[in-house]
Amino acid sequence: MIHAISQSIARFQPGAASRRGYRKLPSTPVWPAPVILSIQIGILVCIVAFWEIGARLGVIDAFFWSQPSAIWATAKIFFTTGSAFTDIAFTFRSTLLGFFFGTLIGSALGLSFWWSKNYAAVVQPFIICFESLPKLALAPLVVLVFGMGLSSKVAIAIALTVVVSTLTAYAGVKALDRDSERLFYSLGASRWQVFTKFVVPACLPWIISVLRINIGLALTGSIVGEFISSQYGLGRTILYAGQTYEIALVWVAVAVLSALSIAMYVAVSWLETWLRKGVVH
Amino acid sequence: MHPPSKLSLENVSMTFQTKAGPFEALAPVDLVVEAGRFISLIGPSGCGKSTIFNIVAGLQPPTTGRVLIDGEDATGQIGRVGYMLQKDLLLPWRTVLDNVILGMEIQGMPAGQARDRARPYLARYGLGGFENQYPSALSGGMRQRAALLRTLLLKNDVVLLDEPFGALDAQTKAQMQEWLLKIWADFNKTVIFVTHDIDEAIYLSDEICVMGTRPGRVVERIETPLARPRPRSVVVEPTFVELKHYCLGLLDPGTEDKRLDAAA
Repeated sequence: MIHAISQSIARFQPGAASRRGYRKLPSTPVWPAPVILSIQIGILVCIVAFWEIGARLGVIDAFFWSQPSAIWATAKIFFTTGSAFTDIAFTFRSTLLGFFFGTLIGSALGLSFWWSKNYAAVVQPFIICFESLPKLALAPLVVLVFGMGLSSKVAIAIALTVVVSTLTAYAGVKALDRDSERLFYSLGASRWQVFTKFVVPACLPWIISVLRINIGLALTGSIVGEFISSQYGLGRTILYAGQTYEIALVWVAVAVLSALSIAMYVAVSWLETWLRKGVVH
Repeated sequence: MHPPSKLSLENVSMTFQTKAGPFEALAPVDLVVEAGRFISLIGPSGCGKSTIFNIVAGLQPPTTGRVLIDGEDATGQIGRVGYMLQKDLLLPWRTVLDNVILGMEIQGMPAGQARDRARPYLARYGLGGFENQYPSALSGGMRQRAALLRTLLLKNDVVLLDEPFGALDAQTKAQMQEWLLKIWADFNKTVIFVTHDIDEAIYLSDEICVMGTRPGRVVERIETPLARPRPRSVVVEPTFVELKHYCLGLLDPGTEDKRLDAAA
């Protein structure tokens, strides 16, 4: 006991403190942007160089992995004489349609729960059930029902996006400020007035917040639809190239797909910022 | 026959059913308010002030009794009175002007016409130049002004104000009180004002209803014998201080227990 006290006193002796040494706030120097960019480019160049050299020396099996020079040559063919633009347009279109309708239907469904607590309680288990379902597992069925064309890809993209939108819009409905609702009713508002003038604008930030998630999901849905059965599209190109061992074409299509994905993500981010400016103040 | 009073509560009471049995939030209240009067309700929390407001605004049906406006039964009808809640509840996606016209818009006035009607008031009551700003750009006092204008520009003659200045600092509060008196004189509304602040109640009102708890009820109604317009310095006049003292006595639970003991 006494020993413990004397120890704790010792710990507060100035000598003990300086022996232990105080830490300084950790700080990391920030590199200028050009330095970071050149390091990134350097890493990329190294990977490509090792890949190419490795393939030429036979260290990397070019049959399975292909090589940068072959990929470049294939890319040129894909974009000049190949089906690049048809495929990009096809995938782009089904993604956009799926994104648009999935977000629209999902948000409308989520907002509709505001109208009746009973209806929300009845429907909610079904929504959660559909949410937990691996929707991509339904893809073969969707293709059977909707056919090989654009509609089956759009349907899968909608299936992936609709639930996220529903749940988010419903979360927005649940977070509505009760006092504002009371204010509207005290002014003599009808339910429709409360819905259009309060519920919808108050939930818009929630709806906007899922746009970026949904564009990625819609693209995934379209690609999987094309994997199952399709005549066009980047997903179909990847599947076809893989099955015929045209590995270079697989890489080309994947690269184009990433570029498309990034472009759409950036576009949706702009859309989000623009919408937020109009909605959130 | 004298004209019917602007607002009257007849035997209005509120009892909630809880697990522990019925809970009487508001014992039967009779209250008559003449047109153009400024009435304050003061009392500790749980005295039924908010219950009275919810019943008058039609947001809660009373267990017993009726609410009459201009002699007509208005029990359970919404949109008959202007109701300003404690928070300003300005909608962040609407400009100040569009927030102010919200009530008129809901009562069916076309937005353009409502804006034209509201604009001069915004200019006159200290919100000029902020018409097209969003509420986030306003200070607390200005937000309250906008919320109050939204309530006062309604066609309703009766206005319920639930501690509108409760969250403001003392200086802003004093400014807002004077501003409210000015605007009340201009609009000729009948105001029921809830507050915790005795000074505020006496300074603003024609009549004070002191309320008590368990059950919520009106303990006493007191006329304020102060002439209008009232200068700020009225708060140190003997009549004011005496009235304040009297109200404090009514509100002090110690005195209340003594009175209950005396009654027993």
